[in-house]
Amino acid sequence: MPIVDLANPSRFLALTARLMPWLIGATVLAFAVGLVMVKGAPDDYQQGATVKIMFIHVPSAWLAMGIWALMAIATFGTLVWRHPLADVAAKAAAPIGAAFTALCLITGMLWGRPMWGTYWVWDARLTSVLVLFLMYLGVIALWRTVEDPSRAARAAAILTLVGALNLPIIKWSVDWWNTLHQPASVVRLAGPAIHPTILMPLLAMAVAFLLLMVTLHLAAMRNEILRRRVRTLMLMQAQAAPGSAS
Amino acid sequence: MSALAALFVREVRLAVRVGGGGGIGALFFLIVVVLTPFAIGPDLALLARIGPAILWLGALLASLLTLDRLLTADLEDGSLDLILMSDTPLELAVAAKAFAHWITTGLPLVVITPLLGLLLNLDAGASAAVALTLFAGTPALTFIGAIGAALSVTLRRGGLLLAVLVLPLTVPVLIFGVAASNAAIVGPVPFGTPFTILCALTLASLVVGTFAAAAALRQGME
Amino acid sequence: MAQVQLEGSGLTCVRGGREVFSGLNFAVGGGEALLVTGRNGAGKSSLLRMVAGLVRIAAGRMGLTGGDPERTIPEQAHYLGHQDALKPSLTVAENLEFWSRYLGGAGGAMPALAAVGLDSLAELPAAYLSAGQRRRLSVARLVAVRRPIWLLDEPTAALDRQAQERLSLLMREHLASGGLIVAATHGPVGLDNARELRLGAAA
Repeated sequence: MPIVDLANPSRFLALTARLMPWLIGATVLAFAVGLVMVKGAPDDYQQGATVKIMFIHVPSAWLAMGIWALMAIATFGTLVWRHPLADVAAKAAAPIGAAFTALCLITGMLWGRPMWGTYWVWDARLTSVLVLFLMYLGVIALWRTVEDPSRAARAAAILTLVGALNLPIIKWSVDWWNTLHQPASVVRLAGPAIHPTILMPLLAMAVAFLLLMVTLHLAAMRNEILRRRVRTLMLMQAQAAPGSAS
Repeated sequence: MSALAALFVREVRLAVRVGGGGGIGALFFLIVVVLTPFAIGPDLALLARIGPAILWLGALLASLLTLDRLLTADLEDGSLDLILMSDTPLELAVAAKAFAHWITTGLPLVVITPLLGLLLNLDAGASAAVALTLFAGTPALTFIGAIGAALSVTLRRGGLLLAVLVLPLTVPVLIFGVAASNAAIVGPVPFGTPFTILCALTLASLVVGTFAAAAALRQGME
Repeated sequence: MAQVQLEGSGLTCVRGGREVFSGLNFAVGGGEALLVTGRNGAGKSSLLRMVAGLVRIAAGRMGLTGGDPERTIPEQAHYLGHQDALKPSLTVAENLEFWSRYLGGAGGAMPALAAVGLDSLAELPAAYLSAGQRRRLSVARLVAVRRPIWLLDEPTAALDRQAQERLSLLMREHLASGGLIVAATHGPVGLDNARELRLGAAA
């Protein structure tokens, strides 16, 4: 790896090292404010306190989709500009996206349990999120299977872009499939009518989740950069060893 | 014994390191189960009824999928030559490899089965029954698959040939695995009857699979 | 160690329906090296793999005298083929330790790694090694586990001059301790008193 390539990640590491404490503080603060606001939010007249699961479920769902969009943008950086940080960003984002998607699924199941009497019905929204979860796991598997980061990056970039194109089609197909089969009696998972007393805490939680995501993502990117440095150092050590010429 | 322990540890290490693909089988299992309702519709009663069958088919395909690399990787890098030359009996080496393979690919399938049971509207007891039958039955799939893996290695053909060779041999395991699961969930046959047969099939395939795979490898020597 | 003697008489090799060589006779004793030469396809590799028990003997017989009577010829032989039998995701030390334990070696891996000059890279994944380093790592196997017969297929391929000299040193030590070497090669391997078995010319 040429020195020029290392320069940019170095500045990134220095910058994020200074930024990180502030981000962590802001995340904690935002969660504190958000949770207090959630506590003050009224219960739903039908669902009672279970409706408050929404304040975790909905921001997770937004992030689940948002992080794929972030990965798709990062892959442009990989494929078009070959920016050294782009595929680091894409790789670091995948497990975080999968985690938020899993959180969205789990909270969805907990939310659905009292309404449906079972943890899972093939609700259109949750099913789309489940397919998204599978796609995240596929991208992670791809990253884990190919040892050379730059080769893995290009393959993952193509998969991510194809996924981004496919997601609306998948969403539309699942909706169509669901209306085809769904008996009308089953209650759908849908937010109650958005009322300001609910909207404000929801937005506060969304900000907190966003800050959490940014913090985790930057930390994961730092780890990935350091992991690649270790790899480069190992390669250099092998090359520097006596009689390495072949 | 130490040689076999070394082989076992090596196989497990390879499966969990980068590039090993230890979790791919479980991911494939999850995808198969998720795809099924798209094909047959999200009718919860129907899903609960055929859930054990879906889980068993998914686990069968998933354990087959990963078997391709059981011996091919060792053939490609020359390790198989050294294993054949060693004074450690080939049967035991094959058994150690297959056992390590089951630990890293078969056991995860059993572990995620209760989770997949939720998706198929199985209650806790039914999920546990399916997980138990998979725990008893997936070793049979791995060891029968080892025969196919050995044959496809000696024929220098991988992939689909292995599936075609192995799938018909797994029919009894599938029959009694699903039967035992259903017996536990709805009856009317007592659970013990098919489950005992399933365990017997597994024990038999541990022996037959090991010896047949080793024989296939020796036979394949030029 | 008793004086060992590896003998083959009237050996015939058939691969893929084609007769590679027939009626081949050779004998190598302890302390001797036999260089198998000949054009491509003459059966150099096949002969080595035949001694290693990896290619069936179509006709003729092979015998070892003076070795361990309890063990077969392949169990007393090291085979260094074209492939290195290494796993890229395991470290250098893990790779060697595995083969050392699997093949019944007594000593640790580090002295053998030092003998091939790879001790400084012990903790590195084998994926990061160059072709020459990989070759040396598989040579370390021969040092780690003591066996009287060394079957070497193009042992100097991918090795630079320094590594070749190190290998011929190891080979001379092996011969001096009463072992024998059968090597398929195109070029010299740095042994003075090696005999040559020319395949293809006699047939």
